[in-house]
Amino acid sequence: MTGGLWREAFVQLRAERLAMACAALLAVLAVTAIAGPPLLGYRADEIDWAHMAVPPLEAAGHWLGTDRLGRDLLVRTLHGLRVSLAIALAATLVALVIGVAWGALAGYKRGRIDAWMMRLVDVLYSLPQVFFVIILTVVFGRSPSTILVAIGAFGWLTMARIVRGQALALRERDFVEAAVVGGASTMRIVWRHIIPNLMGPVIVYATLTLPQVILVESFLSFLGIGIQEPLASLGNLIADGAAEMETAPWMLVVPAACLMLVVFCFNFLGDSLRDALDPRDR
Amino acid sequence: MTAMLQVRGLTVDFSGARPHRAVDGIDLSLAPRERLAIVGESGSGKSQFLLACVGLLAANGRAAGSVRFDGNELLDGAEAAARVRGTGIGFVFQDAGGSLTPHRRIGDQLVEVALARPGTSKPDAAGAAVDMLGRVRLPEPAGILARYPHELSGGMRQRVAIALALVARPRVLFADEPTTALDVTVQAELMALLAELCEVLGMALVLVTHDLGVVAALADRIAVMYAGRIVEEGTASSLLSQPAHPYTAGLLAAIPTLAGATGGELATIAGQPPAPGTAFAGCRFEPRCPRAAEPCRAIDPPLEARGSGRVACHFPAEPGRAP
Amino acid sequence: MSGGLTLREVVVTYPRGEAGGTPLTAVNGVSFTLASGEILGLVGESGCGKSTLGRAILGLVPLAGGAIHWQGRRIDSLTRRAFRSIRSELQLVFQDPDACLDPRMTIAESVAEPLRSLAPGLLPAARIERVNEILAEVGLPASLAGRYPHQLSGGQLQRAVIARALVVDPRFVVCDEPVSALDVSIQGQIVNLIGRTRRDRGLACLFISHNLAVVASLAERVLVMYRGRIVESGARQPLLGSPLHPYTRLLIDSVPGADPARARTLLARHAVPAVRMPVAAPAGCPFVTRCALAVDRCRTLMPPLRDFGHGRQVACHRADEWRDGLPTSLPA
Repeated sequence: MTGGLWREAFVQLRAERLAMACAALLAVLAVTAIAGPPLLGYRADEIDWAHMAVPPLEAAGHWLGTDRLGRDLLVRTLHGLRVSLAIALAATLVALVIGVAWGALAGYKRGRIDAWMMRLVDVLYSLPQVFFVIILTVVFGRSPSTILVAIGAFGWLTMARIVRGQALALRERDFVEAAVVGGASTMRIVWRHIIPNLMGPVIVYATLTLPQVILVESFLSFLGIGIQEPLASLGNLIADGAAEMETAPWMLVVPAACLMLVVFCFNFLGDSLRDALDPRDR
Repeated sequence: MTAMLQVRGLTVDFSGARPHRAVDGIDLSLAPRERLAIVGESGSGKSQFLLACVGLLAANGRAAGSVRFDGNELLDGAEAAARVRGTGIGFVFQDAGGSLTPHRRIGDQLVEVALARPGTSKPDAAGAAVDMLGRVRLPEPAGILARYPHELSGGMRQRVAIALALVARPRVLFADEPTTALDVTVQAELMALLAELCEVLGMALVLVTHDLGVVAALADRIAVMYAGRIVEEGTASSLLSQPAHPYTAGLLAAIPTLAGATGGELATIAGQPPAPGTAFAGCRFEPRCPRAAEPCRAIDPPLEARGSGRVACHFPAEPGRAP
Repeated sequence: MSGGLTLREVVVTYPRGEAGGTPLTAVNGVSFTLASGEILGLVGESGCGKSTLGRAILGLVPLAGGAIHWQGRRIDSLTRRAFRSIRSELQLVFQDPDACLDPRMTIAESVAEPLRSLAPGLLPAARIERVNEILAEVGLPASLAGRYPHQLSGGQLQRAVIARALVVDPRFVVCDEPVSALDVSIQGQIVNLIGRTRRDRGLACLFISHNLAVVASLAERVLVMYRGRIVESGARQPLLGSPLHPYTRLLIDSVPGADPARARTLLARHAVPAVRMPVAAPAGCPFVTRCALAVDRCRTLMPPLRDFGHGRQVACHRADEWRDGLPTSLPA
């Protein structure tokens, strides 16, 4: 699609040391979340009767301590990270695909099609997300896939708005008119000209959406309407930790620190991506 | 006669992704009330030269050499150039209308610049603003003070930008490609306006353009730039009637004229200007020169005096003979 | 008339912003015929509607009145989809080459794109070969085919734009200010290229520019446009030698020349006019505010486009008074 331009942006991004550090850290976290738990020897729901509510580094094998049920905190945090990241990635992907398609078509077509498409977005926007999640979980149970659908159903709205704005500006550009003169159909113009030229802001927004989704899911799980025990998510780990804040502070600190680290890294990476993809700096 | 502006050995280098030398050793002088045109294609370094003189280069540009205005060195740090902008040297940018601040009234912008002139009070500045708007032939100048830039047409915004450059009564006006992208009728009007303003305000003018035809009437002296250097310089009348450098001759021949509109091919200069930063052993124009010979490829011709001007060519045209 | 392009009383309007009110008329009753293989020049200032006219011919803006016929068939009322069937016959070369090429596509991809839409049966190998042929024809070295627009110079970009217009083998091309964004020294190369390609392929061409000298170097017949109307038309030599409309005279005088003596006299004569405030068009001749020869009749009555013999037409009340052309001692 764009070959050389993405490569140039990538080169510029590589030069940003802090951004690369964030990307590396995220990669390490992701790999650890997937491959770590089996290596650590404890399962997420495995109860160590001998070491309940033990602080970090006190008991052998429990690097970050245990919770009040004796479950290894590091393993549980990594599991939680795994779940949170998976939901966030999937929900962001859904938001990306639907949002870009919706916004690009609406922005390019304008007129009545645009009006109706964006009116739907406005209606959905006004629905309270939390109530929607509650209703879905009551009807379908609190599985990760339900949470994913609930978050994804709202995640694409802002993306659609942003993409529509970009598409509105792009359709006035001369090269779009040139494509019309060259006999291109609407679908071809949207697919080959509009979407590639707005991918920069879209990718940046996606990397900023990801941490937002993690926070939303964590918040829902924290409230007790998200991921259900014994399955771990960063949110319900933080909830447990908050309850034990005074007696076992590490139960709060570990998952909270993990959440903060992940969110910060994505945000910073998104910012640097935006700088790297800005064609004006060329 | 002491020159008002004296440039010696000016070079401009850019660092970053594609480091290169945009201006490679310029010597020029400008007398009071003199009108100088600097002509060259895109990439010749002419705009960078102008920006370097007043300290407006981009962050990754470095100017070296000497630029003296009334004896003061302008390259001696940011303040030296800043002090001279507006009151000593006025500047009109290429996208003139775009150089106006969109969210401030025109009157405010003009007054701010007018106040930079030492000894100007607020009422003086307001009066100077109205006066200058009238001088650039805008209708109802007093009414325009209260307007915002977007309320005016493109042509009017350009005139406001000129007024902005002149309201502090500088001694010389720098204009960077003011006629590019304008219709020929508007170009002609603009040239007439600049000529009138220079005359009435007793100002010198340095005008940078790629169009030799546009400055034929306006300029006293013309300097032709190619690949960062001056290749020919002289009085307008002698340079236009008897160009010594083949590039100047080529530029002249390339101007579409009505007399030449017979349906035949237009005269062109073969090839295109070198990308900034290309290395050359000999003459930079050699790849495109119809007169190129062996010494041109090996030896870089120096800029030497010739008649009342200067030429950098191993085989300049003989005066009196066709170039 | 089949085989060429015919415009009859074409009117194009734009809605005038949010405030409503009367729409802005960009093209106000333009008629002309272009035979196949002929090149016609259209000259006028920015805002006179010439670009809008070019776009209207290509179906990019709708007409508010009049009709356009191509090869005997009416094309102004076609839908976008229906127009696609003739897209390969009518093409457009744009003014700003930097803006009309997708910055995210290579030159080769941009030039190949019309083939993908209009010649879908063409195999990829054949398509690549066709693109290389066209690039050679416009003088672009093959090494530039894989580059991006921001890596090419203005002249090279414009060659790519011309290549893209020619790749589908059109019969008619509108060139909308193809050299105005280029350095004067490069303009000649592109003008020559357009002239040569047109002759070799026998294309009909509408060449639009604000510079009369550029138009006149290519076109044998010239139309002069002002504020949406044709004010003078005729063969090149008679029109340049003895212009009958004051605006044509002004255009001739404005062509930048390299003769300093003549240029200085013109400069002195160009008493600087005040910039016109945008006002509604007067009831009479649109040129009346700038015309040194205007009389009362000009302010109230719109001059019709009249025949003056030998294919010459002029829209001026007083044109009969100077049948041999306007004198050069005309005050600006």
